[in-house]
Amino acid sequence: MTLLALTAITIVRMRGLWAAVMLMGIYSLLGASWMLILDSPDVAFTEASVGAGISTILGLGTLALTTTRTKEPVRGALLPLIVVVVTGAALVYGTLDMPHFGDPGAPVHQYPHPSYVERAAAETGIPNVVTAVLASYRGYDTLGETMVIFTAGIGVLLLLRGRRGRKREGETR
Amino acid sequence: MTRQTILRVVSKMLIPFILLFALYVQFHGDYGPGGGFQAGVIFSAAFILYSLVFGLEAAQRVARPALIETLVALGVLIYAGTGVAAMLMGGRFLDYSALIPHDPVEGQHMGILLIELGVGITVAAVMISIFFAFAGRKRIP
Repeated sequence: MTLLALTAITIVRMRGLWAAVMLMGIYSLLGASWMLILDSPDVAFTEASVGAGISTILGLGTLALTTTRTKEPVRGALLPLIVVVVTGAALVYGTLDMPHFGDPGAPVHQYPHPSYVERAAAETGIPNVVTAVLASYRGYDTLGETMVIFTAGIGVLLLLRGRRGRKREGETR
Repeated sequence: MTRQTILRVVSKMLIPFILLFALYVQFHGDYGPGGGFQAGVIFSAAFILYSLVFGLEAAQRVARPALIETLVALGVLIYAGTGVAAMLMGGRFLDYSALIPHDPVEGQHMGILLIELGVGITVAAVMISIFFAFAGRKRIP
């Protein structure tokens, strides 16, 4: 946790974007390790591969296309600071009502959870409950997520390809 | 970067194992951590590594952009098609138990395997094509 916070602060204070992208990757990897400590290897897996792997590559790819230095901020940092502090305080205030970490009586462990864990192996024959819930009980949601990825991919292709085509036309001017 | 001997040799050695690991994560997602999404990302990572080391043209000869874009849609089609197949077999949409009527548990198993395959194909193809789109652009002057 301390390492996560340290990395985040360093990223915010940094002006060189190459190092910032690298630190973002490290941040994701730390987050993944943390998820592993919390016994959720599926989430850790996703975080490590997407956050630390693909995002870093795409970030570096973007830097290769644009520039590697941030512009100097044009306005003062006071108003954003106030907004961030107020939002953070509200979020921390919200966590005060939450049940303690690992509390077996917490609502999240009471309502859908035990029934799924008990039923999943018998009904789907699949030992990994995460996969069973994702793919079977929440099949509609996962279909939606796949559609989101599909749409995102199409969107990126349209944006990047379309721009290049128009540029080629512009060159004749 | 194409003349770095160590990079070329090491990545040539690594890429088959990355692909194999992706397939393991894909089809072993029922038993261990992982699933279609993670497998797709790892699978695309192999292609991205290849195009980083050997150049974009070499990678696009292996994974032709037209093919990749077809796969983007194919994965979603496999997923939704599994749901429709369950409907045709007399169940509800995405109700895998209907896929094999006499053994619902086996049907669940097959349905999950199929939709994970769809997710994996879409994710891998989208990641590869996004990377190609980024890498194929010229630097803005």
